[in-house]
Amino acid sequence: MSNGQQAIEAAALRSDRFRLEREGDWQKLEVIVSRMEAGRLRKLSDEDVLALPVLYRTVASSLSVARETSLDAATLAYLEALVQRAWFLVYGPRVSLGQWFRRFLGGDWSRAVRAIWLDLLIALAVMVAGVVVGWLLVASDVEWYHALVPTEFADQRVPGASREVLHDTLFGNKGQDALSVFAAFLFSNNAQVSILAFALGFAFGVPTLLLLVHNMGVMGAMLWLYHGQGLTLDFAGWLAVHGTTEIFAILLAGGAGLHIGRSMAFPGKRSVMAAAAEAGQRASLVMAGVVLMLVAAAMLEAFARQLIDTTSGRFAVGGFMLVFWLTYFYAFGRGSAKGATP
Amino acid sequence: MNAITTARLRGSDRARTMVTPEGIALPLTLASRGSRFGALLLDLSFIFLLMLFTTLGLIWLAGGLAGVEGLEASDGTAGQAMQFLLITWIASMFLFRNAYFLFFELGPRGATPGKRMLGIRIAARDGGRLSAEMVIARNLLRDIELFLPLVFLANASDGGDTGAAGLAATAWFLVFALFPCFNRDRLRAGDIIAGSWVVEAPKRKLETVMSVRASATPPSYRFGEAELAVYGEYELQTLERVLRENRPEALASVHDAICRKICWDPGHGDERAFLEAYYTQLRARLESGLRMGKRKADKFTRDG
Repeated sequence: MSNGQQAIEAAALRSDRFRLEREGDWQKLEVIVSRMEAGRLRKLSDEDVLALPVLYRTVASSLSVARETSLDAATLAYLEALVQRAWFLVYGPRVSLGQWFRRFLGGDWSRAVRAIWLDLLIALAVMVAGVVVGWLLVASDVEWYHALVPTEFADQRVPGASREVLHDTLFGNKGQDALSVFAAFLFSNNAQVSILAFALGFAFGVPTLLLLVHNMGVMGAMLWLYHGQGLTLDFAGWLAVHGTTEIFAILLAGGAGLHIGRSMAFPGKRSVMAAAAEAGQRASLVMAGVVLMLVAAAMLEAFARQLIDTTSGRFAVGGFMLVFWLTYFYAFGRGSAKGATP
Repeated sequence: MNAITTARLRGSDRARTMVTPEGIALPLTLASRGSRFGALLLDLSFIFLLMLFTTLGLIWLAGGLAGVEGLEASDGTAGQAMQFLLITWIASMFLFRNAYFLFFELGPRGATPGKRMLGIRIAARDGGRLSAEMVIARNLLRDIELFLPLVFLANASDGGDTGAAGLAATAWFLVFALFPCFNRDRLRAGDIIAGSWVVEAPKRKLETVMSVRASATPPSYRFGEAELAVYGEYELQTLERVLRENRPEALASVHDAICRKICWDPGHGDERAFLEAYYTQLRARLESGLRMGKRKADKFTRDG
């Protein structure tokens, strides 16, 4: 105490006396900030956590005063760095990942999906067009089938295959083990494809549209193949089990990508950068949900489809999932929407 | 003088100002492209090591499983355990590729281990709160900026197919890899989408108080108004730096320069005490001017 007093009195400059009187608070803040940055939150007492915003304001005001009265460059630099570090903590991501996830499921996700409705409509139109194009191409020239459908999909499912062969690809896998490895692979693969569809939106959305057309074209071609043998409905059922979830997820990913592309191409009154950032943050919420939906889709594809061997049962599961998602996105969380709805 | 000006300009090229909600302007320094690239390389090697060790660990487990007596390969339990290992592997590869950056950048330091080592972190561009959505958005784009072109290139080099596809992949890779070189704020595509940027995370120690030491010895040097009026804040800060670094040659040359300027000849051997006294008195003069609202930026500024 007396030692500190002596030092303060010994300082020849007013600005140094100012510093000596306050540096205790500064160092206290530095200790708290260093501990929080190191992730040692448990070592911090409740008092310290409560003291953080108060000390932050104290040190911030010290900085304002020091800027007007002191020419000690080292002290100013120290204060600036300290205030900046504390600012990142005080105004950092306040929520933990768990809290964020709860808010995300509890309305943030469905709100974000509702907010990009226009992009979803465009993506939907493009996807339908993709199916039609795929169908028409293969119908006009069978060679297109091999160009569209990648070889690993097309084991037995080639033009000219008999009705029995095609029927067997849809039914009768009940005896197999649940294809859990297959599910994990499907998920990882589909998630990467939808992240791609989203990320490509950055180039003003054009590559996203191309990707959607191509993926749906594959489906159109296969639909044509099964239609030729009178298995349209069975194929649709086979697809519907996971398809209502998976294709919905791809639709959301494409819509999210388009949303970014469209905001950058037509930013309106905002700057392009501001528009891109706003759209990107909204679209990333949608994308986090897409990954979840793809997990569900992979589960359905690998388990439910093998267990349910009738077309009507498959339609029931697929239909239920579709209704579930639509209800969740368009009816859930409307009450808590704070002007975020379009 | 010319060198100093360019150095100052070069410093200001990366300098930005951020205003806190309390209305305090804080200087920020954008991370240099070199340190960001270095951080990326570090992170990628960490991810690679994580993937390698996980794979090796799972293979080891699988080998142990196969060696257990009484478990046939066709046996249900063994098959399921193998399946479980395979699923773990696929899931962990997906997580390492996509969640590594997310996990660390959402933490209190806002930086991956690589960024932390090089003293940089991410921040919101508008000075607001860094949100989870920003971190997700900026990392989703990493896929097309980095991993996808790498996969493309690997495929192309594998099959020896270096035709149009290989060229397209290279061009694609270059557009995104070089994106930070084509804008003022060094944003990569993910930063644009997220509204974030990468800044230096400064860490400084509180230096000692200058004027306490100076006044511990009785002031043997007194400077007049005219002798102090020749220098401004810029020279004061240079002098402060020289005193803090405390290198004898630098002290001697600065001592010579000041003595020449103010026409003193105090002789040699007492440079430090002389400079400390000059520093304290110059700072006292400039700070009292500051309190009156008069600033003198450097020696070229006239006293108002």
